[in-house]
Amino acid sequence: MSDALVELLQHLVNGLSVGTIYALIALGYTMVYGVLKLINFAHGDVYMVGAYAGFYLADLLTPGGRAAGDGAAGAMLRALVVTAGAMAICGLLGYLIERLAYRPLRGQARITSLITAIGVSFLLEYGFQLQPWGFMPIPFPPGPSPRFFPELVRRADWSLGGVSISNYDVIGLAVALALMLGLQFVVFRTRFGTAMRAVSFDPQVAGLMGIPVNRIISWTFVLGSALAAAAAILNAVPRPQINPLFGLMPGLKAFVAAVLGGIGSVPGAMVGGLVLGLAEEFVAAYTLSSLKDAIAFTVLILVLLFRPEGLFGRVTVEKV
Amino acid sequence: MHRVRGLAPLALLLALAACEKRKAAEDTVASAAASGPAAGAQILIGHVASLTGNEATFGDSTDKGIRLAVDEQNARGGIKGRQLAVKTYDDQGKQEEASLVTTRLVVDDKVSVLLGEVASKRSLAMAPIADQYQVPMVTPSSTNPKVTKDGDKVRPYVFRVCYLDPFQGAAMARFARDTLKLKRVAVLRDVGNDYSVGLADFFLSKFKELGGEIVDDQSYKAGDSDFKAQLTAIKRKKPEAIFVPGYYTEVALIARQTRELGLTVPLMGGDGWESSKLFEIARGALEGSYFSNHYSPDDSGPRIVEFVKKFQARYGGVPDSMAALGYDAARVAMEAMARARDLSGPAIRDAIAATKGFAGVTGVITLDAEHNAVKPLVVLKIEGNAGKYVATVQPD
Repeated sequence: MSDALVELLQHLVNGLSVGTIYALIALGYTMVYGVLKLINFAHGDVYMVGAYAGFYLADLLTPGGRAAGDGAAGAMLRALVVTAGAMAICGLLGYLIERLAYRPLRGQARITSLITAIGVSFLLEYGFQLQPWGFMPIPFPPGPSPRFFPELVRRADWSLGGVSISNYDVIGLAVALALMLGLQFVVFRTRFGTAMRAVSFDPQVAGLMGIPVNRIISWTFVLGSALAAAAAILNAVPRPQINPLFGLMPGLKAFVAAVLGGIGSVPGAMVGGLVLGLAEEFVAAYTLSSLKDAIAFTVLILVLLFRPEGLFGRVTVEKV
Repeated sequence: MHRVRGLAPLALLLALAACEKRKAAEDTVASAAASGPAAGAQILIGHVASLTGNEATFGDSTDKGIRLAVDEQNARGGIKGRQLAVKTYDDQGKQEEASLVTTRLVVDDKVSVLLGEVASKRSLAMAPIADQYQVPMVTPSSTNPKVTKDGDKVRPYVFRVCYLDPFQGAAMARFARDTLKLKRVAVLRDVGNDYSVGLADFFLSKFKELGGEIVDDQSYKAGDSDFKAQLTAIKRKKPEAIFVPGYYTEVALIARQTRELGLTVPLMGGDGWESSKLFEIARGALEGSYFSNHYSPDDSGPRIVEFVKKFQARYGGVPDSMAALGYDAARVAMEAMARARDLSGPAIRDAIAATKGFAGVTGVITLDAEHNAVKPLVVLKIEGNAGKYVATVQPD
């Protein structure tokens, strides 16, 4: 293969790897928006909490940071436990945020909830920057210094005709696709999904039809937050630096991805995330790398100007 | 309308209160500048440091060096018959936090001298405050030329005890070109960091001047965790080395991703790499890479051997160059205080400016008209997760 082609394919791999993370976070934004018409700006910080939850769990499972024995099966099991645990913790966090911060304001103007969301976001970001409390069994809160996520599964790099692919890229993409398909199944093939779509369509009428609106909304938050935790683990294993502010940028970019795909649409969030990841990669690679972060917001402005409903805003009539 | 009228007196009250407060602050400034701290009390040295955050080891090492120097001085009887104390505030590696705690040290704690920061970006945030309140500031290790300057003028109250980036960048360019015989080098800089941008520019211009070719010039931002877009683009250009003048956390992550992409060329960098964390995060990815530093603890010079011994006895572990520079900065400041006619800001400032031939651990320190020290640097090669001494570059 020619050098230029190898480079192009490598960028494709890199871009997809980042894009799946955006896509998984974007799903949480889009689900909550679909149901509540609320932009949950604390979602990026739930993602951050997911990474720390995984970090502490991995630390508890293998004290000292080194994988015990390092058997492939053992490592896989540990990775599963850490991921599932982090998803459960974030699901609970999502439930609590909705129950304590958003539900009491549900009858109020929408801007009230939006500002509360920003407040929750700051609470998590700056709360996590406090120095550890002595009475906790783990060093929590973590404080502003970065932590380094352990290698849950041993890294393997392959070179396919000059293009480097690691097992992390493959696992990441596979897990992300599986989660998205699972979500699509839940939304369109289960009673819960039907109820969710009904609440999204008209909460009042859905309530009159006997759908437990509050419970459906709670579960929407739980699902979205659990997906954010999965995204955090998938991101933190290959890119191990985590700090209390690291949910900020991915959160904003995932929001752009959700808008790009058509906010409220599940396939839209997936495609939006992948497109944004690739766009960033190619802009950074072939123009100026300092434009990497600017591209996301340029996309946001362009979408809002020319196609405010997003890529999938019209194609899928049904919204989550 | 009623509500507006109800608020008016309140607003007036607030405005008055604000005026009062500002006046109080001005008073304290005036008195601090005129007389310094009350006689008999401890002399306070303020230290602004990144004890936490992305560059936590910078602040931690520097603080250890400073405290070692101050305690030694106290054991010798202090200065002008008074004992010294160090007050350190953490800036968490944030620029805005650095200016906040600097103001706090100057206005609330009324320190006689300010020490810090390591990162040029944060020293740049401190410098105007030192000038405004006329409290001398000595930065141990900020190498960006702008730190001691205010536009074209020299900042009257800001000094440094380390070399500058034009020298560091040129030295590394010469090392790459003449010693390593490299022709093609790529640059990857942190665009949000004055130090990194400056050092990259100085390296780049010297390397070109020496007949080398800069095959790519890419950038990232502190806090980024994915550098593969830039590194893939760099890989295509087939460089013989990559110059990464960043801070250790990002450099280590960049090194890992460089190897993950199958790119095996050495990386090169500056004193921002100096941290034990560098090796911990990089996990061997930096083997065979080079960086410039202020000193090497392996040096057999008597002053260095003695310092390393004292540091190890107190803290355990080998002092890095941030610790050595913290130690030197504190000693330069204290030596000046001892010489100064009194402990007011302007008097200490004049004494620091007159520092000549001071025998520091990191070299002989003579402050020039621009408030900079002119010192040699060392080039280290990373072998077995440690920086091994390769060469010393003397200033021209």
